[in-house]
Amino acid sequence: MNKAVNFFNSQFKKVKNFRITRKVFSYPYILFMLLFVVIPLVMILANAFMAGGSFTFQNFADFFSSPSGLLVLLESMLVGLFTVVICLAIGFPVAYFIAKYTKSGTLVLLFILPMWVNFLIRTLSTKALFDLMGIQLGLGTVIFGMVYNFLPFMILPIHTTLTNLDKHFAEAAGDLGASEMQVFLKVIVPLSLPGVVSGITMVFIPTISTFAISSLLSNGMVFLFGDSIYTKFNQGLYGVGSVMSLIMFAFVLVSNMFMNKFNKAQTAGRQLW
Amino acid sequence: MVKKVLANCYLYVILALMYLPIMVVIVFSFSNSTLFRFPNGFTLGAYQSIFTSPNTPALMSALKNTFLIAIIASVVATLLGTISAIGIFNLKRRVRRVVESVNQMPIINSEIVMAVSLMVFFALPFLSFMNGYVKLIIAHITFCTPYVILSVMPRLMQMDPNIYEAALDLGASQTKALFKVIIPMLVPGIISGFVMAFTLSIDDFIITQLNKTEGIQTLSTYLYEDARIKSLSPFWFAVFSIMFVVVLFILLSINFYNAKKLGNEPKNKVKHTVRNPSGR
Repeated sequence: MNKAVNFFNSQFKKVKNFRITRKVFSYPYILFMLLFVVIPLVMILANAFMAGGSFTFQNFADFFSSPSGLLVLLESMLVGLFTVVICLAIGFPVAYFIAKYTKSGTLVLLFILPMWVNFLIRTLSTKALFDLMGIQLGLGTVIFGMVYNFLPFMILPIHTTLTNLDKHFAEAAGDLGASEMQVFLKVIVPLSLPGVVSGITMVFIPTISTFAISSLLSNGMVFLFGDSIYTKFNQGLYGVGSVMSLIMFAFVLVSNMFMNKFNKAQTAGRQLW
Repeated sequence: MVKKVLANCYLYVILALMYLPIMVVIVFSFSNSTLFRFPNGFTLGAYQSIFTSPNTPALMSALKNTFLIAIIASVVATLLGTISAIGIFNLKRRVRRVVESVNQMPIINSEIVMAVSLMVFFALPFLSFMNGYVKLIIAHITFCTPYVILSVMPRLMQMDPNIYEAALDLGASQTKALFKVIIPMLVPGIISGFVMAFTLSIDDFIITQLNKTEGIQTLSTYLYEDARIKSLSPFWFAVFSIMFVVVLFILLSINFYNAKKLGNEPKNKVKHTVRNPSGR
């Protein structure tokens, strides 16, 4: 009996000595992330190399030898490319004009507002517009819908970079004899590159990976990579689906690397911490 | 001057084009038909049918699920995120870098990959005891918490570490210093993290669609189910209009509130919340 009390007392003392260092606060979340972020991704990785319970490259072979799968990838990348180019062509001037000519935050807000409306609502509204105008649904309407959905994601990062630009650079270039065009091309555009790069990533990745937009806006005729992944998993083809997810993941990592590189190069001098 | 006028023209034309689809929806929400004409004249029929159509029970249960999941997920994400941000902030540098990059994973990763990975994970046989709501709430916490951490972290970095030590020197216990000194200083970050988590959760479609079990619909998955095959029924026009107006109202009032608060400070840096682009 005494022994037991002693034991509990010693245990209790241990607990009391265990002071809450604040590092401990991160442990539950680290465990949570391990469970619900890392392990699921590792399972995708494992699934990609598994077929019938053994290690194999069969899934990769299946994906890369089927013309339909590669075609979907190619088509998605083309749609993504078109969307990015159009978004950049429309969005850069928008961001530039806002930063240069307007003071009010309301205008920026109006350009960003669609981001906060559910993308299904935006997409179905666009579809309603096409119905109203009697436009045949197809590849063109898909690209239009993508631009409509993702334009704010191009405008926002470019606008942020442009407003944080040191205005003295442009003034100095002007003082040194550059024409307005030269100032724009040789000073402002290069300095806005980090924003442009993150804009491109923020448009390209969701365009190829999103699901539902393309099929809604083309009556199921256009089928992009995201839809394709969904269908594969829905049909129970976990192996090939996982390979495709890995490809998507690789896209994400590569574009993110680019983004970080550009941002680091630009902010290295300014960031204090 | 001419340039400025032209620039403004360009901005307003683009803006008009961007809002054209939603304006069309709002205009025709008063026609109670899907024919884009006004056969019944100007009518509120579509708005009435939100409450009286055969779809009403399904719509209301979807609405209930959406808010139930969003409230639980965002509250848990905010608590977890705040505590973890303090913890992560105090980790050793190298460990911290690893944890922070894993934390970024749900944000940078494309949603479909997140969704299928969770789907595969939840399909594990020993997890079959979880019911549909639990799965969805866990999935939502997974993608909401990183945003909370990212909005609390800057406040921690701006904080003067001496303040915490001063509190300890003045006799506060560690717990007391945490609750009376650190947490109050984090409140703005915590609030914006919570708002972010809540909106992201309400807005989510892809992850919910892939991880929901039969019979549980949220607003977006129900909309998808209903509108995928046939075209939109008139009452959706009314629902869209209401939701758009609500979002517009909330964002404008946040903006005016901020403008008022910043009124006296010099406005040289405008900061905007960046959110994940994948359409959440």
